[in-house]
Amino acid sequence: MNSFFKTPVLPVPTRRQALGIGATLAGGALLIGCSPNALGKMMSLGAKHDFDAFGPFIKVAADGTVTVVSKHIEFGQGNHAGLAAIAAEEMDADWDKLKVEQAPANAGAYANLGMGVQGTGGSSAISNSWMQLRNAGAAARAMFVQAAATTWGVPAKDISVKDGVVSHVASGKQAHFGELVAAAAKVAPPQKPALKDPKSFTLIGTDRVRRKDSAAKSTGTARFTQDVHLPHMLTAMVAHPPRFGATVASFDASAARKVPGVVDVFQIATGVAVVADNTWAARKGRDAVVVKWDETKAEKRGSDQLRAEFTALAAGKAPADAKLAWKPFDSKGDASMAAGGTAAVETTYDFPYLAHASMEPLDCVAIVDGHSAKLIHGSQIPTVDQLNTAKIVGALPGAIEVETLFAGGSFGRRANFQSDYAAECVHIAKHVGKGRPVKLVWTREDDMAAGYYRPLVHHAVRVTLDKDGFPAAWRQRVVTQSIMKGSPTGMPKFDDTAVEGAKGSPYLKATPIVDAQVILPDAGVPVLWWRSVGATHTAFVMEHTIDQLAKKAGKDPVAYRRVLYAKAGADRRLAVLNLAADKAGWDKPAPAGWTRGVAVHESFGSVVAHVAEVKLVNGEPRVGRVVVAIDCGTAIAPDQVAAQMEGGTCYGLSAALFGKITLKDGQVQERNFDGYRVLRHNEAPTVETYILPSSKPPSGVGEPGVPGIAPAVANALLAMGQPPTTSLPFVKTWGLAALS
Amino acid sequence: MTTTLNINGKAVSVQAAADTPLLWVLRDELLLTGTKYGCGIAQCGACTVLADGQPIRSCSTPIAALASAKITTIESLGGSSPLQVAWVANDVPQCGYCQSGQLMSATALLAQTPKPTDEQIDAAMSGNICRCGTYQRIKAAIKEASGQTHPKPDMAKSAAKV
Ligand code: FES
Ligand code: FES
Repeated sequence: MNSFFKTPVLPVPTRRQALGIGATLAGGALLIGCSPNALGKMMSLGAKHDFDAFGPFIKVAADGTVTVVSKHIEFGQGNHAGLAAIAAEEMDADWDKLKVEQAPANAGAYANLGMGVQGTGGSSAISNSWMQLRNAGAAARAMFVQAAATTWGVPAKDISVKDGVVSHVASGKQAHFGELVAAAAKVAPPQKPALKDPKSFTLIGTDRVRRKDSAAKSTGTARFTQDVHLPHMLTAMVAHPPRFGATVASFDASAARKVPGVVDVFQIATGVAVVADNTWAARKGRDAVVVKWDETKAEKRGSDQLRAEFTALAAGKAPADAKLAWKPFDSKGDASMAAGGTAAVETTYDFPYLAHASMEPLDCVAIVDGHSAKLIHGSQIPTVDQLNTAKIVGALPGAIEVETLFAGGSFGRRANFQSDYAAECVHIAKHVGKGRPVKLVWTREDDMAAGYYRPLVHHAVRVTLDKDGFPAAWRQRVVTQSIMKGSPTGMPKFDDTAVEGAKGSPYLKATPIVDAQVILPDAGVPVLWWRSVGATHTAFVMEHTIDQLAKKAGKDPVAYRRVLYAKAGADRRLAVLNLAADKAGWDKPAPAGWTRGVAVHESFGSVVAHVAEVKLVNGEPRVGRVVVAIDCGTAIAPDQVAAQMEGGTCYGLSAALFGKITLKDGQVQERNFDGYRVLRHNEAPTVETYILPSSKPPSGVGEPGVPGIAPAVANALLAMGQPPTTSLPFVKTWGLAALS
Repeated sequence: MTTTLNINGKAVSVQAAADTPLLWVLRDELLLTGTKYGCGIAQCGACTVLADGQPIRSCSTPIAALASAKITTIESLGGSSPLQVAWVANDVPQCGYCQSGQLMSATALLAQTPKPTDEQIDAAMSGNICRCGTYQRIKAAIKEASGQTHPKPDMAKSAAKV
């Protein structure tokens, strides 16, 4: 992701940033804008930071328990385990007893160093925190060592720390962190704490780094937004327009008001809100509201029409909007040559809108009292949520408190520039007022029909080969909506999210003539990042095109890639390709009945190779064994890297097999899991993960497991003798499509 | 109206319309929030509880239909059931939102089929969606909890050391 979610830079934090003395004070300042009387005990920030000497990321309790504060939300990625392990490693804390806590919203203390705002995305949680948490852990350790040295009157250099116990061997003295915490808190934090040599890591990169939340999530006690119950809380649902861009013309609330438990019905900017004593009453009330919609400004085009318009643009039709222009994202050599010669592959690819369909439908709790507000939800960009809330209630952003809970998935959906569902909740809570908590619940149908989809995308690709069978000229046209258009920083000069992965591809690097361009027409359908963003389609186009070219050239797909990676100097790709091919047994025949396909893609700083074994069952591709090799730099939590490869592969496969949001005359057709089919137990592959050893800083794992599986399946189908795949999903006739 | 339900071994009286799905009574009235809402139309399994040992979708079962049933929810498993132990040992959950439903379906499966095969697990569990894709670890954990060996290709032991 560019601009807003650009690749994290890793500045060495200044002393104040690393240790956060000032930041803790800033955290305290968040309280000022709120009315303590009305919000009462819910002000979790009112608790005093007893051990703020160790900065915003580390707390040490009197019993020695270390708590690592995560500035990033945990919605499945396992980042809380990895973040805690980084700090624990440098601190030599007792990992088994260590706890993780979610940070409040505080742009000063908790900004993502790659974004400038507090937020989780672009698979950057670990990578942007790497040096920050190493420094924080090392500084805290040094403070304990110094405290022990002073207390015991021994040289600091002779003191060692292990599992939260500080020892001086010669004198036999030892004490756990808790016994020393009062003294350690008074030690001036070191300017430049000494960091460990990674070779001496005892926690990072080991199987000991396991999730801290598995027990809570296996007993139903992990707390999600849906689970929030507060005194006098109202539950809200909203009647939303049937088409994007429509507004309320008028409404009749008389039937809704008769539903027992319904407290109020009123219009807000996004529809008609019903607030009730409980969820079921809100649901019945909402369904009873009769709304007349003003659709004059609504998007009435269907996805078929949009696809036809995108296709026409790629084929050379002049854009209707004069301001709309093609922009090159890669160009080399004589472009006219890219259109000439005999094409080895000349094809188009179509990708549908996709819903994120996280398991927890979108929800938010808001409390508004005059100009003060508190949000409680799975906030992915808390400081943007602060900003949007502040605008609605008329407050300074820093005065808005945000309590971030676990979220039941997000996959990008909760990182919304407009804070769509959270802002809707704030509007409702503002109307209710007086500090009365409001929980907004979207039904699955509300969630799925609300837009912010992975955009519809069309690619046109034409490639000629040289006499050795390798690409000589590559022409590519990409048509899609811009995700970055809604950015609070404004539309960037070039929206990388539309082409990342095609842009920068080693295949283009290895090709002498390249003419690759993108155009970003508008549509009234809101779009957003969807786990792995541009790579959701560019990986498919590049990787499936390569297999078609290899086939034309009569070469093995792995061998063909090896030559191209050597030409492009793509060493990391070559390494993961070789590792995956080796582990998958590429050189040996696949098990009877199965056919292998391969794909390699780089995203979010990591490179992943997939080798998938595929067969057709009743005409649907079924994926069995999948071998994944990943280079993600230093793997902090190897088992969670594996978990993300398993989950990313399933998420990508689900969309590749079944995922599509269809609009008919502007109306979303798939509104629940009966229409939007997703991968189930009996369709799930078995993923084996192999991590390339690396001493480089860590890079992303939450998203990079997604892009490669779809082209690996398409390539297996190609190897099986099936025609090239020119559109996703693979399974087209199911549910609604099969019925019509 | 008042309905008496038997939940986790206790008789409880609830004030709710007869058409209220059990899910919302559990969550909003009894504050048993371990049972989740995911789709409301019996498609995802997040709301799975047991009625007389059988898995049901509480989002689509009105309380009026359950007056004589013994209902058990995730809260009744206690945390140290063999399945929960295996869930934690395998770090099954990711976001965790589907896992209560997964565990209740798995509990019903093992009660009926103490040593299920892969196919039996698929058949019993395919009503439970996991958008995070924890399927293979769920399968591994069910095998482990039922005392069967299972390959662990996914685990870091093989992952880190290439
Ligand atoms: S919420 Fe009941 S099956 Fe989905
Ligand atoms: S763990 Fe997230 S949906 Fe299953």
